[in-house]
Amino acid sequence: MAVEKTVTITDETGVHARPATVLVNKAGSFASDMNLEYNGKSINLKSIMGVMSLGIPQGAEIKISAEGSDEQEAVDAVVDVIKSEGLGE
Amino acid sequence: MSQLTGIAASNGVAIAKAYKLAIPDLSFKKSEVEDTKHEVERLMNALDVSKSELEKIKEHARASLGDEHAEIFSAHLLVLGDPELINPIKDKIESEKVNAEFALDETAQMFIQMFESMDNEYMRERAADIKDVTKRVMAHLLQVSFPNPALINEEVIVIAEDLTPSDTAQLNKQFVQGFTTNIGGRTSHSAIMARSLEIPAVVGTKEVTTQVNEGDMVIVDGIDGTVIINPTDEEVSTYRAKQESFEKQKAEWAKLKDEPTVSKDGAHAELVANIGTPDDVEGVINNGGEGVGLYRTEFLYMGKKELPTEDEQFDAYKSVLEQMGDKPVVVRTLDIGGDKELPYLELPEEMNPFLGYRAIRLCLERDDIFRTQLRALLRASVYGNLKIMFPMIATLDEFRQAKGLLLEEKDNLTKEGVEVSDNIEVGIMVEIPSTAVIARQFAKEVDFFSIGTNDLIQYTLAADRMNERVSYLYQPYHPAILNLVNNVIEAAHAEGKWAGMCGEMAGDSIAIPILLGLGLDEFSMSATSILPARTQIKDLSKEELASYKDQLLSMNTADEVEAFVREKTNQ
Repeated sequence: MAVEKTVTITDETGVHARPATVLVNKAGSFASDMNLEYNGKSINLKSIMGVMSLGIPQGAEIKISAEGSDEQEAVDAVVDVIKSEGLGE
Repeated sequence: MSQLTGIAASNGVAIAKAYKLAIPDLSFKKSEVEDTKHEVERLMNALDVSKSELEKIKEHARASLGDEHAEIFSAHLLVLGDPELINPIKDKIESEKVNAEFALDETAQMFIQMFESMDNEYMRERAADIKDVTKRVMAHLLQVSFPNPALINEEVIVIAEDLTPSDTAQLNKQFVQGFTTNIGGRTSHSAIMARSLEIPAVVGTKEVTTQVNEGDMVIVDGIDGTVIINPTDEEVSTYRAKQESFEKQKAEWAKLKDEPTVSKDGAHAELVANIGTPDDVEGVINNGGEGVGLYRTEFLYMGKKELPTEDEQFDAYKSVLEQMGDKPVVVRTLDIGGDKELPYLELPEEMNPFLGYRAIRLCLERDDIFRTQLRALLRASVYGNLKIMFPMIATLDEFRQAKGLLLEEKDNLTKEGVEVSDNIEVGIMVEIPSTAVIARQFAKEVDFFSIGTNDLIQYTLAADRMNERVSYLYQPYHPAILNLVNNVIEAAHAEGKWAGMCGEMAGDSIAIPILLGLGLDEFSMSATSILPARTQIKDLSKEELASYKDQLLSMNTADEVEAFVREKTNQ
């Protein structure tokens, strides 16, 4: 059973360069498969090109999901990063 | 040996082996492979080697330039490890039985096209990242050497078509003795970078990359703009001597770094710097600048899609003021128009942009833009010694209006409970002849003058400084200019105010003695000109130079002025 959480992007420039890098790095540190869903499109959260290709703007609702041995930790950690980077809530 | 001439972009002489910063030939042929497992291994090896190189480069950039510059390499590393990029390449090798080079190129091209077609500048820049990274991997697949300027471990001179910010960020300063490029001018990125790194550079040689082979001995003379390829022993020793005397000279200059600027007969002059961004302050301090005489705020507005916010501006102004401590910082309010455009303002094209809608003229009409800047400046004023200067003032009314807006915003901020300094001097840039002529009247109302000679000369002689056919009329020593400058200085002093100069002329070795004699108080120039100017002034007698004033002001031509000054100051 996959774990998922939805967050709203509050940063006025959306998910831009630096935070995207931080998110992908964080996702990459877990064994679970991770996905990010926005506007009906789902991409591999471990892919920088995937994340950036979505061009996520301010106000976007995004869904973070993970499936695997450390899925709960993985989703929690990524959501924490989004909050601590001031990217969303 | 052969010799090339370019533009002297950064002072000094360097002699070392050539290191060509050029992307090698990365062409390849598509081929079929039997052993796809081996082919995937080749790919993975090339990726691993590329990653470890990038890790080293990133560490180097972090250590020498800080976290922010290292960030770009983090992004590159993520691209190299991106499963969405790597897996399709592997799949292609396995399913189509093609070589790794072909699979890499096809897949990367697909992503590059995807990013390039996006309606977002940031995404288009990511296409460049992918290109950068795939070139490196391709070079390793083809087993050709790929330039890694960060990993240079012997003394070299870098030879390149041009140097981009990311190239220069990687240069290992310890070993890079100098550089020379095909393109660029004195104000191109490569030239500015060379001066801030304080290594000799000659740019705009047109053909240095084709004339020099990897490992050739090269002399770069950044004083005269000469590049010598494979010099004779005799030339090497001549240039070694030139190098030594330059180093000695530099050491002499450095002694004056923390000294005040005082003439032989004890008169003080203030030598300050022109800057464009907060990053330039370091150079001002390293070169013994006594303040900032011209902070060009245009850079905050340029290269963007929209106007900078009040907070963005506040951060920049505060940073400059804090770094300069109690030393004066003269900030020029927005000077846009003329040769400096802001596409997002969508201003109509003009027949005579230099005589048109620009600088204060624009700011007084678009007071929304102007007020934002004034508020940011006022808020920053408590962090240092701020002076505000309005550009392109042609009439007293313009000055009064601009100052009125400033006072209104100050009042607004005070009412909002924001602290604002009460000691902000408010002055004008004198670059229009009408203002220079009635400087007396202005002097009663302004706190200071700063003479902007680049524009003052073009307006006085009616010669567009961007037009090469009339460039002979760009004459800083023209007696008309000297008379206008003198008029401004006298007017300031009559009212107990100060007069400075912030054009190229203020750092010119012929103009300095004239200006000192006319009583100019403040000389604002590029940071690296400060110590040579201080050295020059130390040996000048202000009293003697002042005695030539009437003679100079009544001369007939610029040539006459120049010859006279050369003779009196042994230049």
